[in-house]
Amino acid sequence: MSGNTETTGVLELRSVHRTHGSGEAAVHALRGVSLTVQSGEFVAVMGPSGSGKSTLLNLAGGLDSPSQGEVLVEGQHLRALNRRQLARLRRRSVGYVFQDLNLLASLTAAENVALPLELDGLGVRPARRLALAALAEVDLADLGPRFPDEMSGGQQQRVAIARALVGDRRLVLADEPTGALDSQTGEAVLRLLRARVDAGAAAVLVTHEARHAAWADRVVFLRDGIVVDTSGPLVEPEQLLEPAP
Amino acid sequence: MSIRHGLLALLERGPMYGYQLRAAFEESTGGTWPLNIGQVYSTLARLERDDLVRSLPEHDGGQRPYEITDTGRAELTVWFATPVSRTDRPRDELAIKLALALTTPGVDVRAVLQTQRTATMRSLQEFTRLKTGPDRPGDLAWRLVLDAMIFQAEAEARWLDHCEASLVRYQPASTHPATTPDASSEAAAAADPAEVAQ
Repeated sequence: MSGNTETTGVLELRSVHRTHGSGEAAVHALRGVSLTVQSGEFVAVMGPSGSGKSTLLNLAGGLDSPSQGEVLVEGQHLRALNRRQLARLRRRSVGYVFQDLNLLASLTAAENVALPLELDGLGVRPARRLALAALAEVDLADLGPRFPDEMSGGQQQRVAIARALVGDRRLVLADEPTGALDSQTGEAVLRLLRARVDAGAAAVLVTHEARHAAWADRVVFLRDGIVVDTSGPLVEPEQLLEPAP
Repeated sequence: MSIRHGLLALLERGPMYGYQLRAAFEESTGGTWPLNIGQVYSTLARLERDDLVRSLPEHDGGQRPYEITDTGRAELTVWFATPVSRTDRPRDELAIKLALALTTPGVDVRAVLQTQRTATMRSLQEFTRLKTGPDRPGDLAWRLVLDAMIFQAEAEARWLDHCEASLVRYQPASTHPATTPDASSEAAAAADPAEVAQ
């Protein structure tokens, strides 16, 4: 695929616009946002309600498509993928952690984590092996056989993170992942995300908590669909201006 | 808090001389509150005057250790038992600056807010980065100091969010040109209301 030659990051948004509705009633959720997230980089997106944070995350994960502009994940233009290819990319390359954990109550922790791999056609055995490894990474090695309602909120959140990171996913998208957790448990979740990024993943965290955003390398402030400021190291502009070979 | 009570608390561990006190003070505040040795000695002198510490005979090296007195110990107990009042802190320069920004003509309050927010975020990131290192034994004390700074910075960020949300509904009061020092031309224009209305 030609996309592989022009990638500069695991995730790249190029002048992305997203408008809901049309005419008088049109809502401009995003108005020309560009953002590149490299491997080993943790970016937080902050902004008040309605600033476009969740829209940005949905576009990055291929759950929504831009009205204008391009979204690239691992160098692939999402626009160029058909429905089946997109679903595959979402399963293979992107991990999601939402405030609402979406763990299936009828599956054990290990089965929840293995599910996306099995959906992707991996055999039950290798999927289970990878799931247990992912659980071990979040310090839940012994809790594989437990069902979600037999675990604490913090443990469930760690299962959700293990599911987001299982296999070879390089892009983690998190929307207020510390939800209702107490400050210690919430911090453990961010510490874990931080460690995964330091090990080579790319992560985007949407939050309105400054204390959580502070774990990121770079904090992007969104207001009314545009980036108003950035705190932390910036991507070198010349890298963005370089023409695709 | 005062350096005075900080030194008393350190001397409660045992007699120490000036340089040791300074090192211990900085260590217990995670290096976030640097002291110069002059502050340490002038504070010790005042503590001795108030009979809260007493100086001991000099070492061979010429260093004079201090020890806490019973009066000092009582003072320390009261200090630990008394909550810190917010009004004991120095004036909040940021709040004053924002209040002035709001009432000074021509100041972009949103820009002031965003500049502050980015700076606050940057300190939060720096504090948080200090937490990512491996745990050292005996780290808890300075981690808690670090957490205190993180929570304070977070409170500031929240307050800035609140200010911004309030600004959305804010209608600036009409300014009186006559009270603006550099408004001679405006004042002249205001003298002729018909011209202003045009």
